[in-house]
Amino acid sequence: MSLDPWTAAAILGMAAVTYACRAGGYWLFRQITPGPMLRAVLSYIPGTLFVSFVVPALLAGRAHTAVGTVATLAVMVWTRSLAWAILAGTAAAWLAWSLA
Amino acid sequence: MTEPVVFTAAGIRRGMVASIPLLFGLAPFGLVCGITQQGVGFSLAETVLMAALVYAGAAQLVVLGTWTHPAPILAATLTTLVVNLRMALMGPVLAPWLDRMRGWRPWVSLFTLVDPSWALSVRDMNAGGRDGGYLLGVGGMMWVNWIVTSVAGHLLGAAIRPPPGHPIFFAALAVFVALLVNLWRGKLDLLPWAVAGAVAAATARLLPGTSWYMLAGALAGSLAGALRDARRSGS
Repeated sequence: MSLDPWTAAAILGMAAVTYACRAGGYWLFRQITPGPMLRAVLSYIPGTLFVSFVVPALLAGRAHTAVGTVATLAVMVWTRSLAWAILAGTAAAWLAWSLA
Repeated sequence: MTEPVVFTAAGIRRGMVASIPLLFGLAPFGLVCGITQQGVGFSLAETVLMAALVYAGAAQLVVLGTWTHPAPILAATLTTLVVNLRMALMGPVLAPWLDRMRGWRPWVSLFTLVDPSWALSVRDMNAGGRDGGYLLGVGGMMWVNWIVTSVAGHLLGAAIRPPPGHPIFFAALAVFVALLVNLWRGKLDLLPWAVAGAVAAATARLLPGTSWYMLAGALAGSLAGALRDARRSGS
């Protein structure tokens, strides 16, 4: 049960900014009204951020990563269930990896 | 709908019951996070600390995907900020409840705010729900569930000890691939997503071994989308 000081500091930093987002948004929007430009930028952030995570990982990944991604997309579009998509995608990646 | 907003134990209980189906759906997410934390060398204490204090699966997985030793304090904090900025937009929507909750109640309830608890609460509020305890009930259950499933994932990872590059770690990527399906709103997302992907890929090549490509891609893509929208509405 060890606690590395660098890791603990990173966790505390992450925790602080996360609470700032959770509570700060509500607090701030009570004081000011953000303009349409800021609202538009914020509305695009979730999608563009996850694309930015997935694309380089796919480019750097091996064949089983691509197989798993296609399977995840297909099952998610079909079932709309996060749990099934993760399970099916990981199973497909595992299968492709053990066959390679 | 002119009844006053209250905050009762009954409301908290109703939220707890409403959260039960979500707990099953999101359990794999917590397991994946725990396995990944074990995989990058977290101790069980570090896994519990991160689950309890950060309690934001998407941010945790993104940061863990590029974890280094010693821990990347600045990059982890900034990346978490960008991933969780969306939460700053969620709180204000619940203002009709939060504005009328007293003392610690809005601030503790907001600590437990996550995308699914927000979605359920907005639905309840719009259907005429007047009990702010609902938000804390859903969020509190999900918080406990998040810690329990993270610990289970950590123990599972320690038991099977998958080597780096093992396909089980693909599960972390699968979470985001699946979330992208939910986030896709139609053609308006095409340009920002394409810009984000291209900028992220280029930045990852220019600055290998860091996580700055996520910030660069997300900011470039979101700005591209917002500028396009501004030009359209202006003309």
